[in-house]
Amino acid sequence: MRKGVMRPGHVQIRVMDMEEALKHYRDLIGLVEVNRDEQGRVYLKGWTEVDKYSVILVESDTPGLDFIGFKVLNDDVLNSLKSDLVKHGCEVSELPAGDLDGCGRRVRFIAPTGHNFEIYAQKEQPGKWGMKDVNPDAWPLDLTGMKAERFDHCLLFGPNVTATRKLFTEVLGFDLSERVVDPDGNVVAAFMSCSMKAHDIAFVEAPEVGKLHHVSFLLETWENLLKAADLLTMTNTTKDVGPTRHGLTHGQTIYFFDPSGNRNEVFCGGDYHYPDHPPVTWKAEDLGKAIFYHELNIHPTYLEVLT
Amino acid sequence: MNYNIEINGQTFICPDDVTVLLAMKGKGLTSLPIGCCAGGCGICKVKVMEGKYETKVMSRAKVSVEEAADGFALACRILPRSNLKIEQFFNK
Repeated sequence: MRKGVMRPGHVQIRVMDMEEALKHYRDLIGLVEVNRDEQGRVYLKGWTEVDKYSVILVESDTPGLDFIGFKVLNDDVLNSLKSDLVKHGCEVSELPAGDLDGCGRRVRFIAPTGHNFEIYAQKEQPGKWGMKDVNPDAWPLDLTGMKAERFDHCLLFGPNVTATRKLFTEVLGFDLSERVVDPDGNVVAAFMSCSMKAHDIAFVEAPEVGKLHHVSFLLETWENLLKAADLLTMTNTTKDVGPTRHGLTHGQTIYFFDPSGNRNEVFCGGDYHYPDHPPVTWKAEDLGKAIFYHELNIHPTYLEVLT
Repeated sequence: MNYNIEINGQTFICPDDVTVLLAMKGKGLTSLPIGCCAGGCGICKVKVMEGKYETKVMSRAKVSVEEAADGFALACRILPRSNLKIEQFFNK
């Protein structure tokens, strides 16, 4: 049952060189830089996003994921979910309003997979970038690179996927939209949605806590994906897989790496999910088809290369 | 300038402005696994047994300061400054 979590609102990514990272996330993927703060963090967004930003880059000597934030409907929902997280036994802390630029207070918790998550109810809303409020045009001029529309989701690797799935479904009201089940009946991958999207967050069972598999950005069309692949070659960016199609979610996809080794995806299309839909099931023994629907196999480092 | 690189018995040539892993990849060799090619994932971790080199920035979670001083590095970050003899690092 939905509990007022609306969408993935932001992700903070650690990068080893900020200027290199900006060439990648801003100039190549086409996110819009909206601000920098006193701590040196850089805030960006996809042009269709109404809130002020969705991607925060922070310089570090260790790349990877700092946290993912989900926006909830309002303060009452935030308070109620905080209380539910505590009752569920989560380690919960609170960050004050303004700690992130233009963002209200955030309730932070750690999932059993070892990843930091937070929920918040308020963020400045300047509207879609380059768009008028009334009679808006189809898209803004002056976008760069892949012209990514929005930060869409992350895939994370860690232990205790079953407990994490329970946390997201039972406490935060996500639906399990797709799952990968091994021959013993264990759910080894859980794709979950708090919207109509095929996934807003996904987890794969793995031994090491808190690992990032990829951060994903939405493009509009397959044609855009092909142009994105052209740009990867033109900029000597390390491509991982694609363009191709997933079995899981049936989205069309390219994977590639940022200059610190964090994996990114740009994708388009794919399935939708309503709360009354049963989860789609994939067999772990057919993981090749589930992940790369055309190649039908997974190249050796796809499941091992993580930050 | 070009240098000879030997990894696990395979030998190839690497220019001084190309990382060892990308030179290996360019020759179609498979001595080392290829991951992010950006110093983040650590899958191409090696120990340089002989030779001089410089490294671009590497994840500290994958190569500590002490390890770097002992010759450990990520092949995707190594720029050769002499011929190199390299062994793959196995974590498991």
